[in-house]
Amino acid sequence: MSLLEVRGVMVRFGGVMAVGGVNLDVQAGEVTGLIGPNGAGKTTLFNVISGMQEPTAGSVHVSGVDVTHEAPHRRAKRGLARTFQRLELFSSLTVRDNVRVAAELAALTNIDETVDNLLEKVGVSDLAEQTAGDLPTGSARLVEIARALATSPRLLLLDEPASGLDEAESDRLGVLLHELTDEGLGVLLVEHDMSLVMHVCDRIFVLDLGLIIANGTPNEIQHDPKVLHAYLGAPS
Amino acid sequence: MQEFLTFTIIGLSTGAIYAVVASGLVVTYTTSGIFNLAHGATGMLAAFTYWQLRFDWNMPAPLALFITLFVLCPLFGVITERFVMRGLQGTSEVVRLSVTVALFAFMIGLANWIWPSDSSRKAFTKFFEGNTVSILGINISWHKLITFGCAILVAIVLRLLLFRTRMGVAMRAVVDDRSLTELNGGRPDRVAMFAWALSAMLAGLAGILLAGEQQLNIEPLVLLVINAYAAAIIGRLKNLPMTFAGAAVLGLLDAYYLEFSDKSWFPHSIMGFGISGMRASIPTIVLFVALLARPQTRLRAGIVRFREQNKVPSWSTSIMGAVALITITIAISGMLTRSNTLLLLNGFTFAIAALSLVPLTGYAGQMSLAPLTFAGLGAIAMSKLPGNGNLLTLIGAILIVAFVGALVALPALRLSGIYLALSTAAFAVLVTKLVFNQKQTFMSGNIAVPILDIPFVDINTPRGRLILTSIAFSTLGLGVVAIRRSRLGRRLIALKDSPVAAATLGMSLTRTKLAAFAISAGIAACAGALAGDKVSPQQFDFTQSLPIVLLAVVGGVGTVGGALFGGLMLGGNSVLATVVPTLKNVAKILPGTIGVTLGRNPNGAATQIAEAYRSLMNKWGLLSFVTAGGIGIWALDAQYVISHWAFFISGIFWLLAVTPNLLAIVNAPPVRRIIASIYLAIGVIVAISIDWDNAVDSTGKRLIALILLIALFGVGAQRLTEHAPRVHRASPDVIGLTTAFTDEELDHAERELGVVL
Repeated sequence: MSLLEVRGVMVRFGGVMAVGGVNLDVQAGEVTGLIGPNGAGKTTLFNVISGMQEPTAGSVHVSGVDVTHEAPHRRAKRGLARTFQRLELFSSLTVRDNVRVAAELAALTNIDETVDNLLEKVGVSDLAEQTAGDLPTGSARLVEIARALATSPRLLLLDEPASGLDEAESDRLGVLLHELTDEGLGVLLVEHDMSLVMHVCDRIFVLDLGLIIANGTPNEIQHDPKVLHAYLGAPS
Repeated sequence: MQEFLTFTIIGLSTGAIYAVVASGLVVTYTTSGIFNLAHGATGMLAAFTYWQLRFDWNMPAPLALFITLFVLCPLFGVITERFVMRGLQGTSEVVRLSVTVALFAFMIGLANWIWPSDSSRKAFTKFFEGNTVSILGINISWHKLITFGCAILVAIVLRLLLFRTRMGVAMRAVVDDRSLTELNGGRPDRVAMFAWALSAMLAGLAGILLAGEQQLNIEPLVLLVINAYAAAIIGRLKNLPMTFAGAAVLGLLDAYYLEFSDKSWFPHSIMGFGISGMRASIPTIVLFVALLARPQTRLRAGIVRFREQNKVPSWSTSIMGAVALITITIAISGMLTRSNTLLLLNGFTFAIAALSLVPLTGYAGQMSLAPLTFAGLGAIAMSKLPGNGNLLTLIGAILIVAFVGALVALPALRLSGIYLALSTAAFAVLVTKLVFNQKQTFMSGNIAVPILDIPFVDINTPRGRLILTSIAFSTLGLGVVAIRRSRLGRRLIALKDSPVAAATLGMSLTRTKLAAFAISAGIAACAGALAGDKVSPQQFDFTQSLPIVLLAVVGGVGTVGGALFGGLMLGGNSVLATVVPTLKNVAKILPGTIGVTLGRNPNGAATQIAEAYRSLMNKWGLLSFVTAGGIGIWALDAQYVISHWAFFISGIFWLLAVTPNLLAIVNAPPVRRIIASIYLAIGVIVAISIDWDNAVDSTGKRLIALILLIALFGVGAQRLTEHAPRVHRASPDVIGLTTAFTDEELDHAERELGVVL
């Protein structure tokens, strides 16, 4: 049984088919990449998985439980956490309180310690008392990851976590992702930074025009003619 | 049948007026995202202006109409957009709504000032008074025909405008995506200005038509807007045809109710409850139903960064503040006359009502327009519950009202932003019209709320009640601080900052909102339950809630201090008129005037003063100036140049109005610097030179004058020195950037492109 099973998910906005019947699996202890050109439907799929968008058809299972019609906050209790492409920090709380709110919602026992550890882990300890709204994009993305981790999730959805990060931060993110999967976490990663994707992912799904056109290891994906066509428009 | 047809026509003609108003509301909401609560007030002002021109100055009707509708209304719309609404981009819905509340208050004040209601009744005749035509055997007045004609004309013109003109296309583009329109060379500001002008014309037209049907009175004209809200909401604030249909339904409901309520079979009470307020409640009920029928607000991700921010209050500051407040109240209460004690008491009561908005609006970002409705329920509960006003009675009253608050919020929870605010307004109006006028509640017009009975303490004097209320405010204030510092407080802020992130982290938005509403209702209940005197339903009317919401936001709804400031300001203002009769009219427009400038400083005044002090640290030059000024004022006192009162008032003025503005003045561009300096200098001279001991005959009045001086000069100078912040325009994401260009980068890019020589 996969940690996350997406089956036949379809989302239609009026006449537009944003996602057209997608199957996708994420395994515990692995980083699964979801790539595709802009407008391919990646964020919509993320919204379906996290409960912000009801799919027109299809189902989402987390650890074998059907969560298709559950509210976002119930899915969070099942171990699902996500970050946002456009940052969604609690901008008037401090960095520490951002992470703290999440830890409190997960009803952890040793909240202070957890928060300190997570800030340390993503490398933003020195920003702990800053107001989140004042952070530069790179740090804010890291805080979002720390906040998502504070709910002690089993599955982490990351929506373009490396955009706005400098090279060093991006490298550290790669290391962090490996640490997390080593702890048994499953990660679904949407990202445009191909070197990061190819470097950290165990398996990659390629979405184009709302359909999965390929999936496989990074090496397979890099040589898949359909993928090259979708990205470069070269004749297949 | 004949009768039915007649009422159908009456209903449709009323509906036609609603349709005209509602379409104006839709036009501004879609182009600027601001729901204009003052829309009806605009129509009211236009109707009065028309009366002035047509009936008082005897202009011919076409000329008067032309001047009102095609010159003054558009001008008013343009001015409103340019100087009030444009500064509101990037502020929260709470601030935007409060500004229209302020505009509402301002216009009512203005109308009361220019056309006092005590002067002779204003004749306002219909167009072609007395002329009727007969259609299908029914006599229809020309006025009604003209009304129909206007509605149809408005429908056609709007349709052509939106779909056949360049401006219309631009308007629709702005609705779809403001920043994208701008990137493509559109000018959203200009479009918005046009929309506000158009909207003011529509409001004016409806106001004049309605004044002809009814009479020229402020209230019905202003409340016309509630009918329009209902119609506009039926059209989902977007769809004009649906809006027109909704307006027709409302008009018909009203007419049929009027027809049937005269029949013998029509009930006059249901289960012992009178339904005399029913007719007036129809639009509100329709509004409520239309709101609830809206689809659940979808969670959306998207960058919404507000300019408002407040620090976490520390325990030491909060406790010191509470102790200081109680001490000062005890100290000055000995010097107050009875009537002045009651005035200050009033201010504290307002402050408690304003405080109820801090957790709900300030922390959780949920707007309520009904704080005083809950206060009214609190007063009823306190007087009806057993125990004759002991502490348990109070707690019981708080709990009951908190429960009602949660209950009311329950259906409204699916809504957010403006829709939620409107549903609380609908609730407030319904309670006023249907609950407060029952013999079971406010029996004979007013009820006696027992004085809180505390063992061994006699507080059966105005002074005792004043001290009690200040203690109540301080206690509740500390409670609110405790909430902010708790888990729940962090959740409330999370709810405001990003509902979508909060939900995906595992927070039940419903439960958090319910908690916020219950707490807020419970605090508001205290404002009524502690009245300790006879209270009347008018005190808890919906229209009385609006200034409280407004001044709470002006004071700073994110902090306890802001609520106190706002409440006292309102208390002070309501007596300004009695204290200084010559300023009676200024008092009418003051809250509105202060409020409309909110866009410049959405944090509120209290926060701002605190922040100004923080920024003065290490600025030794300014600090020495402050000290020198303080010593100067003290020296004047020591040399008996000025009295102790003048010393006290000018000293406080120096600390709260002048000092916080110094840094901003130093940093302002030269012209503004000079104007603001002169303005503040005038304030200081006024504070010093008034013969406080003799010219003002009581301590209470002196204190009120002090608060008003600070509001007028301190806040005024602040507005003078501040630029509207450069509004962040199109989101850089739209063009594939993660951060906005800096000025240097822009210069560089322009040089590269050869744009600049």
